[in-house]
Amino acid sequence: MKLTVSHIVKAYQARTILRDCSFSFDKAITYVLMGTNGSGKSTFLRICALLEKQDSGVIAYTSGDALLQQDMELKRRITLVLPRIGVFNTTVFKNVAYGLKIRAVERKAVEERVRRTIAFVGLEKRRDQNALTLSSGETQRLGIARALVLEPEILFLDEPTASVDQENTEIIESIIGAMKKDGGTAVIMTTHDREQAERLADRLLVLKHGRIEDMPLT
Amino acid sequence: MDSLISGLAKAFSLILHLNPELLGIIFLSLKVSGLALVMATLLGLPMGAVLGLLRFPGRSASVSLMNTLMGLPPVVVGLIVYLLLSRRGPLGFMGLLYSPSAMILAQTILAFPIVASLCHSAIVNIDPIIRQAATTLGATPGQVTVAIIREARYGIMSAVIAAFGRVMAEVGAILIVGGNIAGYTRVMTTTIALETDKGNFELALALGIILLSISFVINALLHSIQRKGAITTA
Repeated sequence: MKLTVSHIVKAYQARTILRDCSFSFDKAITYVLMGTNGSGKSTFLRICALLEKQDSGVIAYTSGDALLQQDMELKRRITLVLPRIGVFNTTVFKNVAYGLKIRAVERKAVEERVRRTIAFVGLEKRRDQNALTLSSGETQRLGIARALVLEPEILFLDEPTASVDQENTEIIESIIGAMKKDGGTAVIMTTHDREQAERLADRLLVLKHGRIEDMPLT
Repeated sequence: MDSLISGLAKAFSLILHLNPELLGIIFLSLKVSGLALVMATLLGLPMGAVLGLLRFPGRSASVSLMNTLMGLPPVVVGLIVYLLLSRRGPLGFMGLLYSPSAMILAQTILAFPIVASLCHSAIVNIDPIIRQAATTLGATPGQVTVAIIREARYGIMSAVIAAFGRVMAEVGAILIVGGNIAGYTRVMTTTIALETDKGNFELALALGIILLSISFVINALLHSIQRKGAITTA
């Protein structure tokens, strides 16, 4: 699946956040989008993830030459991890299983996929713990696990390490690194950290004056 | 003082010997209040959810109305239900006056705003990030609603228990619409009122002890639920 955004414009009241954003995102590539505070990175991700409507412009998801309908089926093939994770007041296991259960995935498959994903993000010891008692870094990993278990074709990560300590930042970076090796999922993430962007990106982008520009990797 | 002590002694004797009259009254009380609570929850939870989740004209006024109705005086409810069910009333043809059904109706009216209002509070206090979390994980609007209600479960349980406490202790409305008929509509609170009037304190005290015990259990349950909710959301 490929995502093409063309001439996206978005304004909040009098302030235009995105002026003319155009870009094409290919599968299985990690894109890191940088930009200053308020430059519109989160808005851009939310529009791409079909959670918010643009004022004008086109969001097109395609598979081969076919344009995909922007329905619930498509929305379930992409996932956005927000900077602040909304944790359900239940165990880590049930939090991670939520997305599978609402997709009516068979119980045995849920067990297996959740177990694997919890281990992947290093939360296996927290499996039966109430997720609200996790540290902020663990909560962020839980948010990523909830998305990863769904095996999305495109994963949007909005500032995944903005509010976590160095140790958890390294763990989250290693999770993203492992996903890159896995190769199936396209990752589009935002960050403030230039060094992190360099470490993780296949392609580095910057959102400046409401437009997306390519940035060379050093 | 002597009459209180001897009354208490006889009351405990009635309880320990499982007096059939006493048991019948307790059973009817639990049945009437239990069914009223089921009805009030079936109506009040969706109402609370609608008020908590949807934005529509008149929502704010509806919330204020529900909050006001929480303080409905039971005798006023009894009077209204009486007028509705009396032979000349609009529902008089149903012949429900002085029956357990009339008592259930009156208690449902009393419990409904409590359930609706407290459920609304529980739902509206759920962090909006939960809605976003469910949406980003691919939930349909219906599944998002279920997720929010599930997050509000401790508050909802508290609402139901608070309403149960209110209807169990209520006397004015059911006395008016039930008539306090022995073996048919006589429940704990109305019996206490009647037996006290007659100077027959043993049965009144026995029922008082049981009512207090039920109230204690209800409050202990409420406290435990609130504590569980507080621990997990700390």
